[in-house]
Amino acid sequence: MPVTKEILDEIALSRAEYDMIVDRLDREPNPVELGMFGALWSEHCGYKHSRPLLGLLPSRSSRTLSQAGAENAGAIDIGNGLAVVFKVESHNHPSAVEPLQGAATGVGGIVRDILAMGARPIALLNSLRFGPPDSAANRRLLKGVVDGIGWYGNCIGVPDVAGEIYFDDCYAQNPLVNAMCVGIARIEDLASAAADRPGDVLLLAGAGTGRDGIHGASGLASRTFEEEQELRPTVQVGNPFLEKSLIEACLEALATGRVRALQDLGAAGLTSAAVESAARGGRGIALDINQVHRRESGMTGYEVMLSESQERMLLAAAPENVPAIREVFDKWDIVCRPVGAVTEAPYALVTDGAQPIASAPVAHLTDAPRYRLDGRPSADAAERQRLRLRDVPVPADAGATLLQLLASPNVASRQGVYRQYDHQVQTNTVVGPGAGDAAVLRIKGTSQAIAVAIDGNGRQCFLDPYRGAQMVVAEVTRNLSCVGAEPLALTDCLNFGNPERPEIYYQLEQSIRGMARACRALGVPVVSGNASLYNESQGTAIFPTPIVGGLGLLEDARRHCGAGFPEAGLAVVLLGADQLTARASDLAGSEYLNTVHGLVKGRPRIDLALERRVQGFCRRLIADGLAKSAHDCSDGGLAVAVAECCTLGNGRIDGSRTVGFVATDELTRNIPARWDAALFGEATSRILIAVELDRLGGILASADAAGVPATILGRTEGERMRIDGLLDLPVEDLAGAWFGGLNNALQ
Amino acid sequence: MRFGILVFPGTWSDTDCHHAVSGVLGQEADYIWHKADSVDGYDAIIVPGGFSYGDYLRAGAIARFSPVMGAVRDFADAGGLVIGICNGFQILCEAGLLPGALRRNGHLEYRCQWTHLRTESANTPFTSRCGVGQPLAVPVSHGEGNYYADASTIARLEEQGRILFRYCEPDGVVTDAANPNGSVDNIAGIINEGRNVLGMMPHPERSCEALLGSDDGNLIFGSMIDAVSAR
Repeated sequence: MPVTKEILDEIALSRAEYDMIVDRLDREPNPVELGMFGALWSEHCGYKHSRPLLGLLPSRSSRTLSQAGAENAGAIDIGNGLAVVFKVESHNHPSAVEPLQGAATGVGGIVRDILAMGARPIALLNSLRFGPPDSAANRRLLKGVVDGIGWYGNCIGVPDVAGEIYFDDCYAQNPLVNAMCVGIARIEDLASAAADRPGDVLLLAGAGTGRDGIHGASGLASRTFEEEQELRPTVQVGNPFLEKSLIEACLEALATGRVRALQDLGAAGLTSAAVESAARGGRGIALDINQVHRRESGMTGYEVMLSESQERMLLAAAPENVPAIREVFDKWDIVCRPVGAVTEAPYALVTDGAQPIASAPVAHLTDAPRYRLDGRPSADAAERQRLRLRDVPVPADAGATLLQLLASPNVASRQGVYRQYDHQVQTNTVVGPGAGDAAVLRIKGTSQAIAVAIDGNGRQCFLDPYRGAQMVVAEVTRNLSCVGAEPLALTDCLNFGNPERPEIYYQLEQSIRGMARACRALGVPVVSGNASLYNESQGTAIFPTPIVGGLGLLEDARRHCGAGFPEAGLAVVLLGADQLTARASDLAGSEYLNTVHGLVKGRPRIDLALERRVQGFCRRLIADGLAKSAHDCSDGGLAVAVAECCTLGNGRIDGSRTVGFVATDELTRNIPARWDAALFGEATSRILIAVELDRLGGILASADAAGVPATILGRTEGERMRIDGLLDLPVEDLAGAWFGGLNNALQ
Repeated sequence: MRFGILVFPGTWSDTDCHHAVSGVLGQEADYIWHKADSVDGYDAIIVPGGFSYGDYLRAGAIARFSPVMGAVRDFADAGGLVIGICNGFQILCEAGLLPGALRRNGHLEYRCQWTHLRTESANTPFTSRCGVGQPLAVPVSHGEGNYYADASTIARLEEQGRILFRYCEPDGVVTDAANPNGSVDNIAGIINEGRNVLGMMPHPERSCEALLGSDDGNLIFGSMIDAVSAR
């Protein structure tokens, strides 16, 4: 078959990779086979550039139940015979082309990954990046993505409990839509995706197969893209109603004990689901595409094998168990048909009726080439890290700067977004979006709760990928610790530019090394994940943006903590620092530098040993009931954190009240000359807590004993935020700026 | 007592309602598949929230044709207690068991948030444990909860004391700002003329435990338990 560069481009294979396929098969592949190789060797499925690096990440702990990559998502033993399963995945390029369906099917896809583990999905999170909201195109993308997440998530009855949104120019052409799902199962009920028993029947359940999404994996997720128009037909269309029924039917079918293996159809559709199930089981598959139920007529074998139609699952079961399984799907009015069988010989054989249309060894299909490239920092990397305080002018007014930051799109409250998502369905949400640094979900039938959070900081990773990635891991675990949860495990989504460019590969490698270091220092494995490379347009890449989702555990659901100051008369203490510093490194990549001075510069730093001690001490205070609130200092620094705590106040449902703050005289006297760096710097490993005054002495003594530096900042009082000599603002004004900021930016 | 909880394809508050009436309030509860043609043996029926049939066409418009709805109508006609929550309210309106309709929220956005409901009448099997004027903290989660009925219907509901809940401030004062969806006269829940069928947009099953923020929803389910045991 004469294969042209155009054909190879369409399936995103290089000529060298094509030659490798010919070499392995000892013949030219036919078009169906070539499409299957293209999909499975795509970056999205084959992790050509990331897999060698992913091995650097610790993936096991005493609580891990599955090896990262061995199943569809990571599983963690939380005790009481229960497993929590979770994973984050990108749907960046589909969302750029068609934001509503792109984001919606991103949610649907990650939910099926969790379902494939035999777990009931109990929470959704998402991490989003867009270009600045002053452009109508970026606002349209944001609205479409939020609508898509809400439409799909609300309809399937899985609460959307936490997330983050950031804006930067670098995401204007390449928005990021990362969706995370968390599920729960009894450990003995966890399902496998390994089709390992020859003679088992393969059943395809769910939506009819159509022409939507063909080449999604190779085309959208694995290439840079310039001409979005031409790609529109490759975006999938979701049906959340069907997904909800599919969840119930699959869980009901699993409960019969008759399902041997379960696998979702995601990127690369039937090809990937069937071949990867066989690979996991060390077996082969025989598929007859004539048996695949379809939503359009006249589809070719190529189209059936590569369709990315949504809401489909593949099951393997012994022949005698098939009728009982089909009965369950019948009850839910879901089509479930035998489409093939598991075979002894490790070959993927695809037929159309009796006629063979593709045949290749499973190992050849799944063993994508792996590339280890030489990375090097870009020429201007060192210049970017050079930041001197004296080059940053001091603003005229601290109060005005604080209000400007609170209202800035990256800092302002996300209430206008998260209230469009059902965050309470399933009645487990103890701490929902906006109320604490992480969401807290109680586990019914136990006294436990889990906490979940998701974080990323592209700017810091851009400035120093090794340290920035450490900071991401530190921040997500810190957020878990701030609600009182012990971090157990992480999931990651690696959003980067084109790894074939040395400076991007450098970012990728350094970020993974940084994450690995922080994971070891903080004692958390990465148990699942996804890589989204090629996020660039016209030669400009996004910031290196590893997104990390975290899972934490509270043994007593009642012993959790919110972020807001609950009442007046409490002492406010900063854990993690014995004074307010004003170093250039504190400003590196800060929101203050970005918003007020239009700069992305500097070299951030982090002390992971200190981070670990601070988090552990914060958790202890919460478990002992001593911390009345806890909030980490991140975007906008200390002043923004205090303002947020004041604004959130007691957060009571029966009438929330804000609470003021007055700085101590000692703090006021010791504010560094560069008060801007002290108030708005983002030195890491700092947590703001409120404690009862008569407990303060004891708490400071135990902090000292635990090697945790602490500073008394002030007390909660009145209705103003006051740092004498610097700022004095009514909390009402802070709340107006913070709650109104995003809506105003989106008008 | 024994609650029957309807399950349509796309229903998602079924398990939440089960947990509330069974796990929290200790009553018997079963799920009733939408293809069932009888609801015999139950003391009360819950039509829970969700997106029955995806709410394609119009919220509740397809579910009303499910076989079980005929049985629910007979059950209601015989005086049985029926509570429709969120999508359940929409279904009961589509089925003609309650007057009016639920339109798209006035601001056109889905809303999930805590609301407060002013109890307008305590003289019903759903509110006997509440005081008149008592605010209940109960959350909403819907895109189409904007209750509408023509002026004469609203006047009749008012006159007959059938407007059971109005969105209000935490202190019980009914204001425009407290209305999450633009519903006529802040209406959050109404009952039928026989006073045995309640439809409400807010989710009382989500406010049955202090750990989740409020246990005011127990007053509604608890009133139903009282009504049944008083028979």
